[in-house]
Amino acid sequence: MDRIQSIDYLAIAPPLIVALTAIGVLVLDLFLPAGRKAVVGWIGIAGLGVAALMLFPLAGERDQHRATFCVPGEGLVLPACSYVVDDLTLVFQALVLAGAVVVLLLSLDTVRDSRLPAGEYSFLLLASVAGAVTLAASRDILTLVVALEVVSLPAFALVALRRFDSRSSEAALKLFLVSVVSTAVMLFGLSLIYGLTGAVHLDRIATALADPGVRGPAATLGVVLAIAGFGFKVAAVPFHFWAPDTYEGAPVPIAAYLSVVSKAAGFVGLALLLTVGFEPYADVWAPAVAVLAAVTMTVGNLVALRQRHAVRLLAWSSIAQSGYMLVPLGSAGRADSSVADVLPATVAYVLAYAVMNLGAFAVVTLVGRHRAANRIEDYRSLGRTEPLTAFALAFSLACLAGLPPGLLGLFAKVVVFQAPIEQGVGWLAVVMAVNVVIGLYYYLAWAAVLYARAPDTSPAAVRPPSYRISVSDGLAIGITLGASLWLSVLPRMVLEALD
Amino acid sequence: MSEALLPLLLAVPLAGSMLMLVLPGPLAERIAAQLGVVVAGATTVVAGWAAAAAEDVDVAWVPSLGLRFHLGIDGISAPLVLLTAGLTFLCLVYTLRVRPAAGRLRALVGLVLLLEVGMLGTFVALDLLLFFVFFEVVLLPMWFVIAQWGDDTVPGARVAAANKFILYTLLGSAVMLLGILLVRAETGTFDMVALAEADGAGMSRGVQILAFLALALGFAVKAPMWPLHSWLPDAHTSAPTIGSVLLAGVLLKMGTYGLVRIALPIVPEGAEVLAPFLGAFAVVGIIYGALACLAQRDLKRLIAFSSVGHMGFVLLGIATLTPVGVNGALFANVAHGLITGLLFFLVGAIKDRHHTADLEELGGGLYDRAPRLGGLLVFGAIASVGLPGLAGFWGEMLALLGAFDPDPALHRGYFLVLMGLAGLGVVLTTVYLVTLVRRVAQGQSVARWRDAVLLGDATPAELAVWSPIVVLVLVLGLWPALLLDVTDPVVRSVLGG
Repeated sequence: MDRIQSIDYLAIAPPLIVALTAIGVLVLDLFLPAGRKAVVGWIGIAGLGVAALMLFPLAGERDQHRATFCVPGEGLVLPACSYVVDDLTLVFQALVLAGAVVVLLLSLDTVRDSRLPAGEYSFLLLASVAGAVTLAASRDILTLVVALEVVSLPAFALVALRRFDSRSSEAALKLFLVSVVSTAVMLFGLSLIYGLTGAVHLDRIATALADPGVRGPAATLGVVLAIAGFGFKVAAVPFHFWAPDTYEGAPVPIAAYLSVVSKAAGFVGLALLLTVGFEPYADVWAPAVAVLAAVTMTVGNLVALRQRHAVRLLAWSSIAQSGYMLVPLGSAGRADSSVADVLPATVAYVLAYAVMNLGAFAVVTLVGRHRAANRIEDYRSLGRTEPLTAFALAFSLACLAGLPPGLLGLFAKVVVFQAPIEQGVGWLAVVMAVNVVIGLYYYLAWAAVLYARAPDTSPAAVRPPSYRISVSDGLAIGITLGASLWLSVLPRMVLEALD
Repeated sequence: MSEALLPLLLAVPLAGSMLMLVLPGPLAERIAAQLGVVVAGATTVVAGWAAAAAEDVDVAWVPSLGLRFHLGIDGISAPLVLLTAGLTFLCLVYTLRVRPAAGRLRALVGLVLLLEVGMLGTFVALDLLLFFVFFEVVLLPMWFVIAQWGDDTVPGARVAAANKFILYTLLGSAVMLLGILLVRAETGTFDMVALAEADGAGMSRGVQILAFLALALGFAVKAPMWPLHSWLPDAHTSAPTIGSVLLAGVLLKMGTYGLVRIALPIVPEGAEVLAPFLGAFAVVGIIYGALACLAQRDLKRLIAFSSVGHMGFVLLGIATLTPVGVNGALFANVAHGLITGLLFFLVGAIKDRHHTADLEELGGGLYDRAPRLGGLLVFGAIASVGLPGLAGFWGEMLALLGAFDPDPALHRGYFLVLMGLAGLGVVLTTVYLVTLVRRVAQGQSVARWRDAVLLGDATPAELAVWSPIVVLVLVLGLWPALLLDVTDPVVRSVLGG
């Protein structure tokens, strides 16, 4: 038997290129004069672009199902692979890379204005992205955990980079502690599963768990603990407490990264683990996830109602949105359908959420450069002075609320609603319907501020803001607005990503 | 060519609205009203043409959702499409001369045109999900119109009213979406034509009841049906004149149209079970609306509550599940759109001149001060009472007639009681409208207005906008067959012969 593995370098090209770029910018940074540091950001963007280009040949021959790092099958046991390029992988890799490009674009000015170390910043961000890109292709629990940690570890440092601000250190510490605890919990759960099944590959775990002899309290505990661990990563209630403080303390583009790219990575891991590895246990985890979804969206929306700070509002809103994303998983495995049937709905919502949330964060980053407090009130009359920027934010908010003209959000919500109704989990659909209404209120209140008339008695300090927008910020806002407008008219790319 | 008419019907106002967004500010501000009139006029022409051609369009839009861009127009939708296009056109013509105090014409015209896209789309959609999308399109523009151009004598009131409007409606339509998805989960299609032909096949009785409940809840909030009406008076009190006209004239009809087009034909068994409840709520709404009107101090609020009563008649007609009742409902729909649209125009004109709509402050003597305005108000009021010979009469009469002889599946005695109570509502309606005429139009002007210089009578521009409505109210009153002949064949086929 051939024990020497041949590595399919095309398959692993996307994470490899990102990782090499990360090291490249770190080294390059040493040789750049102080005034030219911005170059590393653009090189990082170029590296992400090249990595994204590698997805095209992979997508072109996706019927072949490239896979690498495989163990051969023996007897009845099929061969299993740790790194698989399938539709899910490609879709999430594309999402992560595109999201990271927008985050890096937004970071260019932030790094300059806040005097953050440009080389370290880009290195850490790219390292985290490399983890997220790998995560999407991971098909065994070890690779999943390692990839997830590669996503998280650089994030702690990124949050802490604003050394002059004590909130930043506090935010980083919170994120660190919560993340370490959640990893420990998850590892405990996964080790139980490994002990019971003797397998690390998701498909082999599924085969082993299907055996009635394995089924029991230990396996259930393992499944539940693993879900709890991922619950922290995706900021599901009651594992959400870190999110608002961390988002607020971090540089705003990093908050965007955490709420979009890092969260998407958490979701892809959770979705893979649940629908592939724990597929025979759907009757156990689906009701638990359903409750988690209902509680998450309700708490997120209710608390968001009271927020006056733009980033905190987006933090709570993104907790609520996590709840919506969990809905399809929470309604899996009923009505004699395959568990994997709910996967497209989750993927569709995560994709749509990424586009619209990044759009909101792009404008919030821009406003934050001029109004450090970044309260909702700082957006008053933005529609007068910066019509295009205000429109971009208003459109993103309409998408997040799921109301036309934000059709992207509306279609995504319809997809999510379909899952519980078709699977007969009506209560979850009703809870979500009520939540959509609550959510509308705060998105709308924010949009109203954008177009409100400035009070006549306003002192000069509260003059409506007018900005000079840099190329990178303009590109970030343009890309996200263009994407959400385009996808509102032709949402097939998002909704049929897995077909 | 003619199959492009319905997409064109939506594309024209949409393009107009986009144009308002992208045109450079100062230029757009100057020509906004004129451009709006041209676009709305073109839309009206296309609407007339499309109604005559009656050609379907059916293209896949989002296959994974099962969403198709399926549009069609028939006897039920054509009158409402024409009403929508006509009223929007008149509203924009009105804006030419009567500029909103808050300014920002470009944004206002853009939003009204976007609103028109939503309203027209709702009436021509033949795909359930597409219907839902258009149903939602109207929310944000109307919210902005109320919240930004509304009456701000009480600080914050217009935003509160706008929020109440959108949150109520969204709660209703979110539940409606669940109903739509339930229908799709059971039958596998969103196609309203196929679903209506299937006549509920493929859905068990329990599912039909549940689906009707969810759908009807969404429509009932919009219509609005008592006790889900409480957003309406606030919204009307705060909305600017053209906002009120479109809200009462068209938006409310989207709810009753949905009942006739979707809830009755697609889940007929559910309709049979729940129609008695619908009828009861409708009659409570009729009486409640009339009594509330008697207690109102604000002219706009009064007309708003009268809408609750009038929409009660529409709902009662629908609840009878008979061709007579449903025809009456559709007729009353159009009649109410015209009459209440006219009344809101008039009340808006009165409010613009007096800067108040409070009945005490206005006092009597409108005949004296502004004879044309006063005369038109009295015309609107008696049309609203349902005087034979005017449009308000036929719809409500047919609704009552439907209740006299309801569908065999329904309990006749019960509906006779409803009919009696609704008849009482007619009397009460007469009382408050006659009281209104006496208090506002007749008598002597109070000193405050007698000497006011600015109070002019209706201007030629205003009369030009209002006279088409007056003519239509007369025409439909004298020749109801004009409308009934259009709706009747379709209603019969919708109700399954």
